[in-house]
Amino acid sequence: MPAAAQPFFQWSYVTTNWGQISSDLVQHIELTLIAVAIGLAISIPLALAAWRFALIRPPVLAVASALYIIPSLALFAILGPITGFVASYQTAEVALVGYTLLILVQNTVAGLDAVPADAREAARAMGYSPTAELLRVDLPLALPYIFAGLRVATSTVIGLVTVTALIGLGGLGQQVTYGFAISYNTPIIVGLVLSVVLAALADLTLVGIERLAIPWSRSRPRVRAVG
Amino acid sequence: MHFLSQVFHWFGDGSHWRGPSGIPVLFWHQAELSLAVVAGAILLGGGAGVLLGHSGRGGLVAVNAANAARAVPTLALLTLLAIQPSISLKWDGFLASFIALVVLAIPPVLTNTYVGMREVDAEVRDAAKAMGLRGGQVLREVELPLALPFMLAGIRTASIEVIATSTLAAYVSYTDLGTYVIAGLNSQDNVEAFSGALLVVLLAALVAVGLSLVRRGLTPAPLRRRRDGGRLSGVAPAQA
Repeated sequence: MPAAAQPFFQWSYVTTNWGQISSDLVQHIELTLIAVAIGLAISIPLALAAWRFALIRPPVLAVASALYIIPSLALFAILGPITGFVASYQTAEVALVGYTLLILVQNTVAGLDAVPADAREAARAMGYSPTAELLRVDLPLALPYIFAGLRVATSTVIGLVTVTALIGLGGLGQQVTYGFAISYNTPIIVGLVLSVVLAALADLTLVGIERLAIPWSRSRPRVRAVG
Repeated sequence: MHFLSQVFHWFGDGSHWRGPSGIPVLFWHQAELSLAVVAGAILLGGGAGVLLGHSGRGGLVAVNAANAARAVPTLALLTLLAIQPSISLKWDGFLASFIALVVLAIPPVLTNTYVGMREVDAEVRDAAKAMGLRGGQVLREVELPLALPFMLAGIRTASIEVIATSTLAAYVSYTDLGTYVIAGLNSQDNVEAFSGALLVVLLAALVAVGLSLVRRGLTPAPLRRRRDGGRLSGVAPAQA
């Protein structure tokens, strides 16, 4: 246990407390998955609307980037009184979803902007309805950007979940606050290392899904203008 | 409405504006810590980005290492540093907060600076060499000015992240605006927590606007019209 001279890391802590550590890990994954899934469900339609209708584009993008300057801990504090529950899943998820929106909306709009005009014209010339064009041409071509956004959003959320420990949730953040409370290195290191590992595994998983979903992005020949 | 009027009263209370835990002092503490951290990140991350970008070697390794560092939760690093006897008591929590936040701030500065240096057109570089400029001159007179908008975008991202995250420093006994937030959360005083949060947002917004103006001013005129100037930061699409 924490003494004046503790070893930097104690394996025995991990083996004796594995039950608690793994349930923290599961909560961390749950909080992350829910936030990213809801974020994606909201931001794709929002980005499509912002891209299609010039009128709502500036406000949507402005709100998305303004959200970014609000510190996560402060956002939990601000949302507490609004949602009515300070230490709750709802408060944490609203805040986490907010951060994913910023990243996902911006990247999705950027991806849709990058759809070549030729491809869209070809779709129209082939008689695609606007909806069919959107679903079968624009969105698939924007996928690399959407995946890039998903990767950033996921790793951001995994980092932010730790902070929710300060409002009584926290996933692996609970290991961190526990270790800090009793000046004990090992739980903090466990929390730190596991969340880095979790972020890396999540990123690899997304890269894998991306390769399956958009096989063309891997082997796209680099065409260069000649002359 | 009731809640907002309580917040209004909190700000109207004169005792919150005086003394060592008054708004002006804590506002300055947050600004001071953030300023030191961003300066450190510019020296380390910006310096490394310039050197790697100029030589064109080892850059991707450094950028990937910096991105991996982004996954380290600041709260964990902060608390781990704060309980090390050699660090914990230094300058009332400043040192632990400084180190943890520099780790957070380096990646955006390093990545953007490096990308900015590599974005310099090879033909422009060749033209500079053909005109007789030496390596150091090419760096100072061609590469740096052209990379500056990207670098400043990275500094802006880092600054906002640092100001927002330095709220956590209050958890390890450094007193800044986070002190209101954490004290408020601990005592279930939503008004105090909310007011502290508002002040942090205010500081971040001031700095964000200020740095946007600086970036506009320092961007070479011909580059100003290109609206994408360097929006690479944390939300870089694809392969950044």
